Amino acid sequence: MEAAGNLPEENFTPQDMSLKIEAINKVTLKDRANSYKNRPFSFFLLALVSLAALITIFVFLLLIGYIFVKGIPNIKPELFAWEYTTENVSMMPSIINTFLMTFATLILAVPVGVFSAVYLVEYAKKGSKLVSVVRITTETLAGIPSIVYGLFGFLMFASSFKWGYTFIGGVLTLAIMVLPTIMRTTEEALKAVPDSFREGSFGLGAGKLRTVFRIVLPSAIPGIFSGIVLSTGRIVGETAALIFTAGTKAAVPNDIFSSTRTLAVHMYSLLTEGLYMEQAYATAVIILIMVIVINAVSSKLAKTIVKNR
Amino acid sequence: MSGVRESLMKFVFLIAACVSILSTILICFFMFVNGVPAIAEIGIFKFLFGMTWKPSNGYYGIFPMIIGSIYVTAGAIVVGVPVGVLCAVFMARFCPKKLYSVMKPAIGLLAGIPSIVYGFFGLVVIVPVIQEIFGTNGKGVLTASLLLGIMILPTIISVSEDAIRSVPESYYEGALALGDTHEQAVFRAVVPAAKSGILAGVILGVGRAIGETMAVIIVAGNQTIIPASVLSGVRTMTSNIVMEMGYASGLHRQALIGTGVVLFVFILIINLLFSVIKKER
Repeated sequence: MEAAGNLPEENFTPQDMSLKIEAINKVTLKDRANSYKNRPFSFFLLALVSLAALITIFVFLLLIGYIFVKGIPNIKPELFAWEYTTENVSMMPSIINTFLMTFATLILAVPVGVFSAVYLVEYAKKGSKLVSVVRITTETLAGIPSIVYGLFGFLMFASSFKWGYTFIGGVLTLAIMVLPTIMRTTEEALKAVPDSFREGSFGLGAGKLRTVFRIVLPSAIPGIFSGIVLSTGRIVGETAALIFTAGTKAAVPNDIFSSTRTLAVHMYSLLTEGLYMEQAYATAVIILIMVIVINAVSSKLAKTIVKNR
Repeated sequence: MSGVRESLMKFVFLIAACVSILSTILICFFMFVNGVPAIAEIGIFKFLFGMTWKPSNGYYGIFPMIIGSIYVTAGAIVVGVPVGVLCAVFMARFCPKKLYSVMKPAIGLLAGIPSIVYGFFGLVVIVPVIQEIFGTNGKGVLTASLLLGIMILPTIISVSEDAIRSVPESYYEGALALGDTHEQAVFRAVVPAAKSGILAGVILGVGRAIGETMAVIIVAGNQTIIPASVLSGVRTMTSNIVMEMGYASGLHRQALIGTGVVLFVFILIINLLFSVIKKER
């Protein structure tokens, strides 16, 4: 007890302690400025990274701001007429087709992507040859630029199958294009499901298949959804892969063998025709809004995934 | 009964896994089978190094386009990499929390904006600025490089940021303990340790820039000659395909597919580089 009296520090409660530490570590703006004065190179580095960040922010604001400010006044009701004519330059058929095409592509790509991820994570033996071949080909597919997909789709569907420019040709091309994205996100989601879930399920007598569909896949749903959202973003923005597969006809497709255009292709057509700058601005606004919504959904999903872990 | 179902579904999963292998084979097959004969007919040397592209007169030299693709990609690297890497350093090590919560989604959005919208932005914002400053028509290597540099920013920033963040904290603390300032510690200890990850980001950016089509076609001017200066118009391999595929036939069409094959080979080399670097880490 006496010794304690000689050491006043021991009388501090933990809160006092933290207060004191904070006071020692506190660096005022003035201290900082002084330390930079002595180390001009450090200040230079700080200025450099801040400048880079400012440039990025500036580009972002300029891009979004310019298109919204110039585009919103150009959004007129006739742009949303049901039928496209050269007079109203309506984007409605393209908007409808963008939804149809996204939906059809996902219907094809999601089961294949999810199932192949299930095979890779749940069934394949570690270090099997097939797995490494699938890995390599998936990485290759992910790196191929849209224009090469477009050429391939043109050669296979439009040319070899003699389909011409068709909705289904565009859909099949896009489905191959988004497959790597869906596979990768699903794989990551499946890997994040703890083994104890599987063991528990096996322990209760469930078979492998039941475990996959009842236990593993449901836990991986947010991850699978984030893959779907990412793919949607890619489909909505795609142009080069669609021009020579689905063509550029500005109408809602009658059947899967009709030519049709998505909104991004519509915008490309407006720009190459060169007569419709105002409508192009308006189209850019609509595309941007779609992308913003898709991004918002995707970051919300990412947050729920983090929370679940 | 359930045994049958088990093995049936296992088979279905296996087939699904093979779809990506099949797709890759199909893409390679269709590209090479349609492109290579044309290259052989024109003559591989004449095709790759021929200086004139005049399909109507039977000249199929894509050298100007190869050079064009390399020029604009190099330009994009010069514009995009310094800004991107420094911005990644800022985000990983300097950014206040509040600013970060705004910047991160902003960069995600930049990554999600379609190339056609970037192209439009280049046409209505960058082209007039270049016109104003240099008095040219505004379309050319410089404009395309600036635009591509902006387009590869999000890729470079997010990959580099991840790389910088995955450097162990002890590197930074050790440097501080040796008397470095925050900036010195970041640039002399943390960033060098992340350099292979940053390089991977740069290579991804190169892949995106060389394969980019719709944005480049709008702002590059598309002349089929080797550009004399950074202000002259330029045509890349990608834009060559899109511009002429619509009406081409016969050998002309095959030559365009041949252009696609050359582009494809470029991309495969870049992918290979990327996976080598990823393995080294």
